[in-house]
Amino acid sequence: MRDFLQTLKSAPPTAWFGMAVIATMALVAVFAPLIAPYGETQIVGAQYEPWSEAFLLGTDNLGRDMFSRLVFGTRNTVGLALLATAIAFGIGSVLGIVAAVLGGLVDRILSRIIDIIMAIPSLILALMLLTIVGASIASMIFVIALIYVAPVFRLARASAQSVVVMDYIEAARLRGEGLGWLVVKEVLPNIASTLVAEFGLRFCFVFLFIAALSFLGLGIQPPTADWGSMLKENATLISFGDITPLLPAAAIALLTVSVNFVVDWMLHRSSGLKD
Amino acid sequence: MDGGQKTNSLLLTIRDLSIEGRSSNGWTRLVDSIDLDLHRGEVLGLIGESGAGKSTLGLASMGYTRDGCRIVSGSIRFDGLDLVGCGERVRQDLRGKRIAYVAQSAAASFNPAYRLIQQHCEVPVVKGVMTSAEAQADAIELYTKMRLPTPNEIGFRYPHQVSGGQLQRTMTAMAMACRPDLIIFDEPTTALDVTTQVEVLAAIRNIVEQFGTAAIYISHDLAVVAQMADRIMVLKNGRLVEVAETRTMLAAPREDYTKSLWAVRTLAREAEAPSDAGATPVVSLCGVDAAYGSAKVLHDVSFDIHSGRTVAVVGESGSGKSTVARVISGLLQPTRGEVRFEGRALAPGYLARGRDDLRHVQMIYQMPDTALNPRQTIRDIIGRPVEFYLGLKGRAKEERIHALLDQIELDPKTYIDRRPTELSGGQKQRIGIARALAAEPKFIICDEVTSALDQLVAAGILKLLARVQKEFDLALMFITHDLATVKAVADEVVVMQQGRVVEQGPVGTVFSAPANDYTKRLLESVPEMDPEWLDRQIGARRSA
Repeated sequence: MRDFLQTLKSAPPTAWFGMAVIATMALVAVFAPLIAPYGETQIVGAQYEPWSEAFLLGTDNLGRDMFSRLVFGTRNTVGLALLATAIAFGIGSVLGIVAAVLGGLVDRILSRIIDIIMAIPSLILALMLLTIVGASIASMIFVIALIYVAPVFRLARASAQSVVVMDYIEAARLRGEGLGWLVVKEVLPNIASTLVAEFGLRFCFVFLFIAALSFLGLGIQPPTADWGSMLKENATLISFGDITPLLPAAAIALLTVSVNFVVDWMLHRSSGLKD
Repeated sequence: MDGGQKTNSLLLTIRDLSIEGRSSNGWTRLVDSIDLDLHRGEVLGLIGESGAGKSTLGLASMGYTRDGCRIVSGSIRFDGLDLVGCGERVRQDLRGKRIAYVAQSAAASFNPAYRLIQQHCEVPVVKGVMTSAEAQADAIELYTKMRLPTPNEIGFRYPHQVSGGQLQRTMTAMAMACRPDLIIFDEPTTALDVTTQVEVLAAIRNIVEQFGTAAIYISHDLAVVAQMADRIMVLKNGRLVEVAETRTMLAAPREDYTKSLWAVRTLAREAEAPSDAGATPVVSLCGVDAAYGSAKVLHDVSFDIHSGRTVAVVGESGSGKSTVARVISGLLQPTRGEVRFEGRALAPGYLARGRDDLRHVQMIYQMPDTALNPRQTIRDIIGRPVEFYLGLKGRAKEERIHALLDQIELDPKTYIDRRPTELSGGQKQRIGIARALAAEPKFIICDEVTSALDQLVAAGILKLLARVQKEFDLALMFITHDLATVKAVADEVVVMQQGRVVEQGPVGTVFSAPANDYTKRLLESVPEMDPEWLDRQIGARRSA
C-alpha cells in the first residue's frame, strides 16, 4: 500500500490529470441517477431548446434533457466498453500465453485462427456479424470481444515468448509443473504490466468502436443514451452553429486522452524501472 | 608518430577523482578519490570485483562518464590537457584519435550491418587523419600485425562472419587505427574461451609493444592482468586498495583484500578415496548421441557419476557440455543411448518422467538473474518445490524454508520476503542452490554456476556446494570452462571436444599427465600467476 502511494506521488501532471478525469467519470457513472436532474428517456421540453436554468445544456431532437443524457451515457458507453475489453483481455491473454508456453502445433493453430480474424477489417467484420446475430447489447459485446481478442492474443504471445525462454520457466517445467501453474504463476506476473498498459489503450479503441457502431445505428439502441448515438441524433444542430451536439464527442475525446495519459505513464514505468 | 618518443614522460594524470552515480536514493560514490599516473608506453592493470569502479575509472580516463554519472571532484589531465575543464568538443576530438577504447563484448560493439573494414576506416577518415584508401591499406596492415587469418580479406566480412576471438582482435586493430597514445581495454578477453584468450592476449600485447602505446587494462582475472601489465592497481568499492609493480604485487601483496583475491585461486578439494568400482552410479550416461534437428552435437558420450562425488565436464563453448545437461534433465531426447538413474533407465523426455525422477535430478543455472522468477518472493521460489515434491504446507513448509535459508547462510528473517531483484548475484545463486536442495535430490547439475560471479563470491558458492554435498551425500555434475574451478571442486573430470569425450578420469591424473593433445592444450591455456607465462606459451607454440 505504501509502495502504491509512493508510485502515485511520482506520477507526472499529465497522468494526474488523466486519473482525475477517469475518477470523475467513474463517479458520474456510478451515481448517474443522483446527478442527472431528469430521467434518461424522459421527454421534458420542446425540441432543441437552448441552454437555460432548467435545461443546463438544452434539449435534444425529442425534447430530452441533454445534460441528463450525457450523464447516463457515461454509464452505458463506458460500462459496455469496460466489459467488452475485459472479456477480450481475459480470453486473449490466456490463449496467448498458452500458445507461447506450449508452442508447436497448438501455437500454430491458435495463431492462424487469430490471423484470420485480423485479416478482415474490424468494422466490416463487426457490421457483418451484428447483421447476422442481430443488434442487441449482448451480441455487441460478444462481437467486440471477439474482434479485440486478436491484438491481445498477439501481444500476450509475443511478450510471453520472451519470458518462456528464461531459466526459471525451464526450472518450473523440469519440476513437473502443469500448464495452469506455468501460465498463471510463472508467466502472467511477468507480462502483467505490459498487458495492463495495453488494456488502457484497447479500452479507448473499444470505446471509440462502440461510439462508431452506435453512430452507424448498430450499437446501443435508442432510446438508451450513449455518446455515439447522441452525436448522431443531434448532428443537424451543428449546421446552425450550436456546439451542443459536439459535447458527447468532447466527452469521448476527453476520456480517450485521459486514459492514454495514464497508459503512457504506466508504459514508461514498466519499460524503464523494472518494478 | 612525431618520431621522438618521450619515454617515461607522464601521459595521464588523475588526481583525487571522485565520480558519483544516480541511484534510487540519491547519489552513490562509484569512484572515491583515486590518484592515477600513467607514463607513455606503460600498461596499467586495473583489477577488482564488479562494482569496484574499474570501468567507470577506465571511461573517466577518456574524459567520459556514463549517463547518470557525474564527476564530483578531481582532475584528469591527458598530455597536459585538462579533460574535466575542457569542452566536449575537445574531448570528442581526442577520442578515437589519441585515446581509444576496446570494449568487453566485440560482438555487441560492432554494427552488424556494416563490413568490418568500413567501421575500421570510419574514425581515421572522419578525424581527417587519413584518406579512405590509406585507411584501408593501413587496416590490412594492422590485421596482419594482429595475426588475423587472411588479413587481405577478413575486413570485408560482416561481424557475424568471424569468430569471437577474431572479432576482438579486429576491434583492437580498429582502436589502433589512428595510432592513439592511450588505449583502454575493458575486459577484452572475458567472453572468450581459454584457448582463444591466449591468442588474443598475445596479439594485444604484441601490438601495444610495437607502437609503444600506453594502455589501461581492466580485468577481474588476476592471472590475465599479470601477463599484460607493468603495474597493477587493485580497486574495491571505488577505492584504491593498493598499487605496485606487477612482480612486486604478485610476490608480496600487502593488503588483506589483495591476498584474499590470491587465495581464491588456490582453493583445492581434498582428495577423496576413489569410489567403489562395484557400486551403482547415481547417474550414468550410456553411449548417448544427441542432435539439434539435423546437427549432431553429441557422439557416443558415456560416463558415470557416483553419490558424494563431483564430476566436472569441461570443454570450450560448442563442445556439447551443456547439451549433456539437457539430455540428463530430459529437455533434449537422445537419438541413441540412454540415461540411467541408479541403474534404471530414465524416460528420455522429462514429460514422461515421474515426479520422483524429476525430484532427484535438479539443476542450478549459470545466470542467477534469469534462473529466478523476478515476480516471486524467496518464500515462493523455495517454498514451491517443498510443497510440490514433499507435500508440506503451512507451518511445516515455513519451517522447511527457514531451514533451507539457514543452510545457504542467508538470514531467513531478512530475506524470505524479498524478491530476486533485491539480492546480489551471489545471493541469487545461493537461492538457486536452495531451490535445488528443497527437492531433496540425489543429483544436482551445476551449469557454469560461478562464471557470472566475482572470484570471491564464486569461492563462497563453491565452498557452500562442497558443504551441502558432504551433508547430503549428493552426486554433482559440474559443467565449466574454467579449469581452476575444476581443481577446486571436482573428483573426476570429463574433457569434451566437439561433442565427444576425449579424456576422462580422476582430476589429479588427468591434470598432471594428460593423455590427449586437446586436454594438454586446454590445460596449457589457463593463465598462470606468472608474468612470464604468456611468453612461454607463445614460444612453445611458435616452435611447435
